[in-house]
Amino acid sequence: MDTLFLYVLAAAGLALSLFKDRAKTRMALKKAWKAFEGILPQFLAVLFLVAAALAVLDTATISRYLGKGSGFLGILGASFVGAITLIPGFVAFPAAAALLKGGAGATQIAAFVSSLMMVGVVTLPMEMKFFGRQAALLRNALAWLFSIAAAFFVGWAVSL
Amino acid sequence: MKPLLKRYAGAAAAALAFAAFVLLFPAWRGKALDSMVFQTKTMLLVIPPIFILLGLLDAWVPREKMIRYMGEGSGLKGRVLAFLLGSFAAGPLYGAFPFAAVLMKKGAAFSNILIFIGAWSTTKIPMLLFEMAALGKRFALSRLAVDIVGIAVIAWAIELALPRKEVDRLYAEAEKTE
Repeated sequence: MDTLFLYVLAAAGLALSLFKDRAKTRMALKKAWKAFEGILPQFLAVLFLVAAALAVLDTATISRYLGKGSGFLGILGASFVGAITLIPGFVAFPAAAALLKGGAGATQIAAFVSSLMMVGVVTLPMEMKFFGRQAALLRNALAWLFSIAAAFFVGWAVSL
Repeated sequence: MKPLLKRYAGAAAAALAFAAFVLLFPAWRGKALDSMVFQTKTMLLVIPPIFILLGLLDAWVPREKMIRYMGEGSGLKGRVLAFLLGSFAAGPLYGAFPFAAVLMKKGAAFSNILIFIGAWSTTKIPMLLFEMAALGKRFALSRLAVDIVGIAVIAWAIELALPRKEVDRLYAEAEKTE
């Protein structure tokens, strides 16, 4: 659904640009292509990493980490798994909902969802290309710590 | 630009590692190949519009405007704009990085870039609606509330911890990409 929104936005922008200035539009597309080609090697590397990571860490495996009464270790494990995997939200949310119904704790699920979105271990090669090693590692480390703190807050808010 | 072979060395190494993984672990073979196909599809679907928008932004938004709206000294307005820009985006986080590079090249402040990345990663509006439906309003909204704080704190901490020299280097690097 959100991808469709992106396409509509891009098509509208492109049409407007074409209407206003043909040469500039050509330049924009050239820049788009150059930016894409610039990052393509990292894209490909990430693709292979993600495919392997997702094969090992499927939802069945994940649910084992988030089970009932898994406590702080469960939260830690959940945030760890979330940090490594790269699952789109429309796949992750229904899975998380099923886990929640199956007895997983809201805190564990929140740790998983938050780290899934904010931390990207497999996309680090790409992030480093644009932000450098220092900033990329720092961002991911902070986001990981934060996802644990956020999980406690969400777990508390849900239990109210 | 570096020679083609050198640029793709990392990707080739990842491909070899993946091939070895698939050959050595038959138990995970099917799933690995399935997720490979799925991830490739997602990327092919998501990439074209993101890069077209990035190209349009690069071609049409003049540097002075970007500095005025999102540069150093753009204050709260710049922060809110960075946050909204990230929140209205769609697609996985890896789409945000090239986009952020264009914002940097145009002169957006580093703290605003960090807010943009944070918002893109976790407060996307279409995703929020979906999260509310799947995990409940209380879960989704409390996560949103704490995430807004987290994005600000993380941006502030990175800005504080990263030496000015490194930030300047990143901007010079972004400048180089055409």
